[in-house]
Amino acid sequence: MLTLHGVSKVYKTGVFGGRELTAVRDVSFGVQPGEVVSLIGESGSGKTTIGRMVLRLTSVSAGTITLDGVDVATVKGGGLKDYYRKVQGVFQDPFSSYNPIFKADRVFAMIKDGYFPGVGAGEWRHKIGASLEAVRLDPDQVLGKYPHQLSGGQLQRMLIARALLLDIRLLVADEIISMLDASTRIDVLNLLADLKARGLGILFVTHDLSLGNYVSDKTVILRRGAVVEMGATGRVFGNPLHPYTRKLLASVPQLHRKWEPLEAEAEPAADGQALVQAEDDHFVAGGVRG
Amino acid sequence: MSTVSLRVEHLKVWYRTLRGDVQALDDVTFAVADGEIMGLAGESGSGKTTLGKSLIRLDGRMRHVDGTVELDGKELPIWDNGKMNGFRFKEVSIIPQYAMSAMNPTRKIGLLVEDLLESRGVGFAGLKAELDRRLELVELAPDVLDRYPIELSGGMKQRMVMVLSTLLNPSLLIADEVTSALDVSTQKAVAETLVGFRDRGFVKSMIVITHDVSLVYQIADTIMVMYAGKLAEKAPTDVLVGAPRHPYTQALISSLPEVGVRYDDKRLTGIPGTPPSLLRPPVGCRFRDRCPLAFDKCLEEPPFVEIEPDHFVACWKAS
Amino acid sequence: MTVSDQEDLVASAPAAPAVTAAPVTSMRASREALYFARRNRKLVGALAVVLLFLVVAAVGPLLTDHGPNEYVGPPAQRPSAQFWFGTTMFGQDVFAQFTHGLRATFLVGLLGGGLAAIIGMLIGFTAGYRGGTVDELLNMLTNVVLVIPTLAVLLIIATYLRVRGVIPEAIFIGLFSWPWVARAIRAQTFSLRTREFVDLAKLSGASGRRIIFKEIAPNMSSYLFMTFILLFGSSVLIAATLDFIGLGPTEGISLGLMMNNAVLWSALPLGMWWWFVPPGLGITIIVGALYIMNVGLDEVFNPKLREM
Repeated sequence: MLTLHGVSKVYKTGVFGGRELTAVRDVSFGVQPGEVVSLIGESGSGKTTIGRMVLRLTSVSAGTITLDGVDVATVKGGGLKDYYRKVQGVFQDPFSSYNPIFKADRVFAMIKDGYFPGVGAGEWRHKIGASLEAVRLDPDQVLGKYPHQLSGGQLQRMLIARALLLDIRLLVADEIISMLDASTRIDVLNLLADLKARGLGILFVTHDLSLGNYVSDKTVILRRGAVVEMGATGRVFGNPLHPYTRKLLASVPQLHRKWEPLEAEAEPAADGQALVQAEDDHFVAGGVRG
Repeated sequence: MSTVSLRVEHLKVWYRTLRGDVQALDDVTFAVADGEIMGLAGESGSGKTTLGKSLIRLDGRMRHVDGTVELDGKELPIWDNGKMNGFRFKEVSIIPQYAMSAMNPTRKIGLLVEDLLESRGVGFAGLKAELDRRLELVELAPDVLDRYPIELSGGMKQRMVMVLSTLLNPSLLIADEVTSALDVSTQKAVAETLVGFRDRGFVKSMIVITHDVSLVYQIADTIMVMYAGKLAEKAPTDVLVGAPRHPYTQALISSLPEVGVRYDDKRLTGIPGTPPSLLRPPVGCRFRDRCPLAFDKCLEEPPFVEIEPDHFVACWKAS
Repeated sequence: MTVSDQEDLVASAPAAPAVTAAPVTSMRASREALYFARRNRKLVGALAVVLLFLVVAAVGPLLTDHGPNEYVGPPAQRPSAQFWFGTTMFGQDVFAQFTHGLRATFLVGLLGGGLAAIIGMLIGFTAGYRGGTVDELLNMLTNVVLVIPTLAVLLIIATYLRVRGVIPEAIFIGLFSWPWVARAIRAQTFSLRTREFVDLAKLSGASGRRIIFKEIAPNMSSYLFMTFILLFGSSVLIAATLDFIGLGPTEGISLGLMMNNAVLWSALPLGMWWWFVPPGLGITIIVGALYIMNVGLDEVFNPKLREM
């Protein structure tokens, strides 16, 4: 459904744009309907940039992003609006995603203005009710309130409800739970898994490996803008082949298991090595090492 | 039984707001032993940050209502900003939450250190050798003192602040969410550095404030869990994570996804509802509304009692 | 249970969402602002002073049945029961001049300040939101206008025009006072446009213009208000300066013109204080009050500067 092919993003920095900064380097992967793909990486890995490129909030420097075969970069105007009917995003900071001087449900009103101008008030109310129910929120508790009166979890779920109003095919979830409390994180994650079961494709951007492991079908590990390992989640986490992946996994603090000292492995000096298939649905940059 | 380094009794610190007093920290009593690293875990609004801050500096909106704090047998005058100045950095020190932006960007780091030491009445020259030793320990070159903060990376700044905060060998170090903004690999390095400080005797005891229980499981000797301004449970790390007795702790631990646990295999559940408002806190146990085990006695506030050696719980069902 | 201890002033009728797209300012924020506004002595005091002068400007001319420049009385008279502010060297009623002059002053402030505000906002928002080449170009324009010595240009323009009115004067002032406004608004817009609610608006299909006016500008409403007040004050001051050196309106009267005339006709050495003190004080007090109002407003809107 969504395919990235050789996607790169280069920023020009410095005075008069003399220097270049490569944020994303030749990344290719896909998201199918009903599939959750995790983009896992630390800061500077380019994962957020990829999410923004899929959402057309940032331009693509090289490569193509296609949705059902149509190049996303070419759509404009009415076509862009159409694109947003199929692809939507939810971001990291719930309190920054809402304009603080307006009420929280204004985000629904914005969708109505843009996409459902002719719909009557009663029918719209019904639609919102159905969306809120899908994210397990009680309309009485969240409608008519200001963002500061609601919790982070409720705000994030309202944003998912907003996306669902449009009958989307792909949701880009950029670190959506990293600012939530531990006890609410899992509810939002479970919600994503339910949506996946209904056929929605989800691009789940995160730095937290445990979250990625919990909910995703495929995992893409990014480092400094390039893919170092990718494949079915079970294979990548169960049999990590790239030294960077192994280092990440060893550094994740886990309950019931203390950190073990990890032998320092030499990480490949060159970035952006080509992916080599190691086993079924499991690719490693630079091939398998001993 | 090692000697007690920090003793907090019935501490109450409230925030003044236009709408009334927010009872952020309500009657908290606990102790930290010499050489102990205590993890202070809780979610937002639990009061853990307030507790950490009130041990070193009450900011303008915080009000000390009741209770005492005793460090190494001496009472800390936490309500008096001026008097506390004599204790900061020397006896009790803090690594603040946004440590990376804690250094003045317009001054060279070396000058910053000098200023800090002069303000405590300690000569810079005398400590230079020790400072160099510590910088080497955290893998910072000694020439970092000649640089400006902007020249260092995030991780380097974090380590610099850690060295600064512990330079005068405080008895108590408060690490306030020091790993939250870091990448996973840097997190591990920083957490292990903290333990290293304790092992080398740079600090006597440490309180590590965090919302990440799995991180504090790695490095702490005991963990204390707070909820809505009150203490819920305190126990040695393995006991708290392996066999928690407070329903909140149990729910919290079981809601944490770990690598290896997948949605299809084992579905985790969160805790429904939200923490109560601390403007007018509910009567009795504050977790009552969300607790699956609540019964009528919970209308009366449960005391924080020791149910086993070193294991404290505030719950009628557990005690 | 949600955190519900705040007073929820909006009736949350069951399942009746606010579908309107009209911006609703946060009730709690504006109530808080009003509370602090009432208590802020600078704001209340200065506002009272400005309003007082406004009333005088509105009502004053009605109290006299002759025009400001008519010769109605004996020349160079001290203030008396008949002529409250005395008369000029030529027997004109100083009080009538004062009140009419106040009107001109307020007009210039409103027009000039308003024009500068509009230009500054348009340029500031566009440069801040679009970035890139548009930003560079607008920046160049801003810098050029900023660097031009306003007074010198206005002097030159004024000298070439034979006949000058209050309205053209206001327009000229407005055309040159906007650069700092554009700069400041550009900076704020830069920081606001990276916020996620702007991204969300884009994802809802909103156009750039809509985002600027419906999302970004309302967030800066207090700042925009304060900017207008400052521009009002500075327009009054520039106009007074121009008038004082003789390049004001060729017809009618203004406070600066009064002072110009007073100096030209040796009011100072002759001790005719009633001719130049009222207009001078008037300008000083009005502009001063406006600036103090601004300081007060800053304290009201910026929670960090408040008393608590």
